[in-house]
Amino acid sequence: MILTGHIYRDGARRLNLGGWTEPLGIGLYVDGLSVLFIFLTGIVGLLVSIYSVLFFTREKNQDQARHFWPLWLFLWGSLNSIFFISDIFNAYVVMELVSISAAALTALSGTSVSLVAALRYFLVAMAGSMAFLLGVGFLYAQTGLLDMYLLGAVTSKGPLMALALGLMSVGLIMKTALFPFHFWLPSAHGEAPAPVSAILSALVIKGSFYVLLRIWLTVFQGSTATPEAAVLVGFFGVAAVIWGSYQAIIQTRLKLIIAYSSVGQIGYLFLLFPLTFMTPDPAWKIEAWTACVFQTISHGLAKAALFLAAGNLIQATGTDNLKSMRNIADRLPMTTFTLALAGVSLMGLPPSGGFVAKWMLLQSILASGQWWLAAAPILGGLLTAAYIFRILSQTFVSDDQISCCGPVSFIMEKSAMLLALLSILIGFRSKEVIFLLSERVCHAIQGGITP
Amino acid sequence: MLSSSFFTGLIIFFLKEQSTRLRTALNLVGAAFKVIAVHYMAYRLLVLDHIHQASFSMGLGFDFVLRVDFLSLMFLALSSNLWLVTTLYAVGYLEGSPNRSRFFGFFSLCVTACTGIAMAGNLITFFIFYEFLTLVTYPLVVHRETKVALEAGRTYLWYTILGGALLFLGVVWLQVIAGPLEFVDTGALEALGPDQHNILRIIFLILIMGLGVKAALVPLHGWLPVAMVAPAPVSALLHAVAVVKAGAFGIVRVVFDVFGRDFAGFLGLLAPLAVAASFTIIYGSLRALSQNDLKKRLAYSTVSQISYITLGAAVIASFSTVGAIVHLVHQGIMKVTLFFCAGNFAEILGLHNIRDLKGVGRRMPVTAIMFTVAAFGMIGIPPMAGFVSKWYLGLGSLHGGSGWIVGVLVTSSLLNAAYFLPVVHSIWFEPSGREWKTIRPSRLEAPWMLLVPPIFTAAAALFAGLFAYWNWSPLGLARQIALGMGVYP
Repeated sequence: MILTGHIYRDGARRLNLGGWTEPLGIGLYVDGLSVLFIFLTGIVGLLVSIYSVLFFTREKNQDQARHFWPLWLFLWGSLNSIFFISDIFNAYVVMELVSISAAALTALSGTSVSLVAALRYFLVAMAGSMAFLLGVGFLYAQTGLLDMYLLGAVTSKGPLMALALGLMSVGLIMKTALFPFHFWLPSAHGEAPAPVSAILSALVIKGSFYVLLRIWLTVFQGSTATPEAAVLVGFFGVAAVIWGSYQAIIQTRLKLIIAYSSVGQIGYLFLLFPLTFMTPDPAWKIEAWTACVFQTISHGLAKAALFLAAGNLIQATGTDNLKSMRNIADRLPMTTFTLALAGVSLMGLPPSGGFVAKWMLLQSILASGQWWLAAAPILGGLLTAAYIFRILSQTFVSDDQISCCGPVSFIMEKSAMLLALLSILIGFRSKEVIFLLSERVCHAIQGGITP
Repeated sequence: MLSSSFFTGLIIFFLKEQSTRLRTALNLVGAAFKVIAVHYMAYRLLVLDHIHQASFSMGLGFDFVLRVDFLSLMFLALSSNLWLVTTLYAVGYLEGSPNRSRFFGFFSLCVTACTGIAMAGNLITFFIFYEFLTLVTYPLVVHRETKVALEAGRTYLWYTILGGALLFLGVVWLQVIAGPLEFVDTGALEALGPDQHNILRIIFLILIMGLGVKAALVPLHGWLPVAMVAPAPVSALLHAVAVVKAGAFGIVRVVFDVFGRDFAGFLGLLAPLAVAASFTIIYGSLRALSQNDLKKRLAYSTVSQISYITLGAAVIASFSTVGAIVHLVHQGIMKVTLFFCAGNFAEILGLHNIRDLKGVGRRMPVTAIMFTVAAFGMIGIPPMAGFVSKWYLGLGSLHGGSGWIVGVLVTSSLLNAAYFLPVVHSIWFEPSGREWKTIRPSRLEAPWMLLVPPIFTAAAALFAGLFAYWNWSPLGLARQIALGMGVYP
């Protein structure tokens, strides 16, 4: 938080570890973008930790706790380093750390289903990392550089650079679970224990998205990145929004609905690429860019809240079948409220954070004249509303046949609720966030885009 | 202003189901406070010419603006007064039924949304509250928790969310080409130049389609008759103040304050709108004729009556403008009375079907009188409120050179008579062939909480017509609003 204050006032900073200078050392770099991601990680991490303290003290989960804490703290640390890192090789190393600990967390509950899900996740993540590493190798061979900002200054073009970009992007996209590489996500997120799902969905995929942003906007800075590639990514983004939301509608388990909703919501983020690379007017580029980062944050908050609330429900009823959610409006009003608030943010209804993101997104889409992209926010919003209300309408039904509910800890309900509230409130204080992004942001767009 | 109902709503959520007294007291205090605040503001605005305004920046190139002008004041006065009455009615109506905390919580939030809609100072703020309204009315529609209710809730959501998405698109688009539009600076669009006109036409269409869902313009009206499964106070509020009226209010705002009536006319947008509205009026009345369920008949009548407002907004003549604005209020008080009465028949005697109402006038004379008064008003018999609106609409269409609208009005009045008079007739003059089963016994014909609200609103409907020329009557206010817009001669 102190860091946020600094960046707010002074702009970007840079720090070298161990006295080594650029080409070799492990450089740390902080600007508005990283600060926001770290902020997100900090808040979500803190609340999830509070939640987990209580979640894992129950007898059933107690032996899991031994493995959970070291893995989670390790994951938290490496996530934070992703957001500081300034050279691509170290980015690879840190991402590996994240993937390994995340996959281990997925397998935490020890059932065979979760093991399979974790293994699949691990393999996809490995394949993604390999592709990324290969790209790094090409880049190093071509330029002899690893530092992101030095690479940004190099404007050499060539098939090798394009290949490097392609490999790195594919690797990262696999990790971020963009359609059609999303197949590992629902099972992994659906099977993990609630706090783990919250972390995976709110933070881990955002880590690789962050690196992707850096690669496209800092390292290649539009020199190699072609509009065609950007449009292709954007197309998959739109497809992800529609496909993910549609899949979410037809699920019958709460956690799977939430997991598929992640697939859909991630799609919005990728609209950024066609928007920044096809728009002539820099003001709208910044708008699109801000919109996507905003979406990252509000989605992170809302999704973590949803998973934690789902965890509460599972604890209360023993299952996450949609039918089991009847009666909960009476017995667990706070959890229901959390579901509703987080749902509002996902749907992008005002005045939530999701609304602000969608507003800016649609505005830049209309301004850039790429009509086909508008399908994503409009249709996506409708489909999201459909599955959110499928959840909520169940809570309004009273069903005497279903006995409800085991006790749920007050603090667990509160921490989920707090996340949901934050995802709404961020819409009210959007001004500061936008300022942080667009004024102070940054190196990431200083080179090419910032006026 | 907003907070008086917003916080009441929030507090009520966390009250225990049993603490009826506290909840009732809170509700009534909140409602009364709001009425007082509105009247205070009305005094400041009308007498001292002081405009209340509050805004803060959203950081998105637009501000969140709350502003009270004449039109907002009118809608505010309507919603706050009717809220007070409806709350009283709902307390009596739902006595002893489950989930009342939830009901009254959302009820208050719903009125908050209405207040917000009324006070919104630009299209974006309007949109924010408009969506908020969608969200908080859903729990009210499905309140009964039956399968039919859930089904109706789903239909309602599909329609309104779709409308919301369209409105969203329109609002953003407008913002992109014209910047943030305060309702104050009308005519900014006029300056855009002719090359933008086609885009503006498309935006207008999108906006009206988005708003038309809530205003139940045919063919977007499908949710309204289905949503009748909600409890009577909800239907009353939905039809008279909240959802339907929000849509109509939005159309008035878009036509007058965003595009400007003359400019919209210049773009050739108003004639199609008038045709759509006329079609809705006739269609709604025809469908109402064939309904046997009293509440369904009232629902279709709403479909038709609400479009008078749209029709009035779509004709370029000062009298029509006045007619549209005044009907906003008149339709509200008359319709709310009808629903209160229908609710009483259903709640006390279990009568839903029109055929069962024979001779009910002897059993429940007060309710029946109120029903008759309001029904006469709807038909437009002088000196009732409905007559005043229709008179102005008719005058306006003659002035505006669209004489065919008078034909529409006359036809619709005849149809109104055709579906209301038989009900009135059978209430009073047909002998009842059976014993009344009293579901809820009470000393009077109904508990006083169910009786006072319809008496109050029916009296309001009567006086609004009788004293129409008084400066502070709805009509007087509407004339002042039109004057403020510079369109009254």
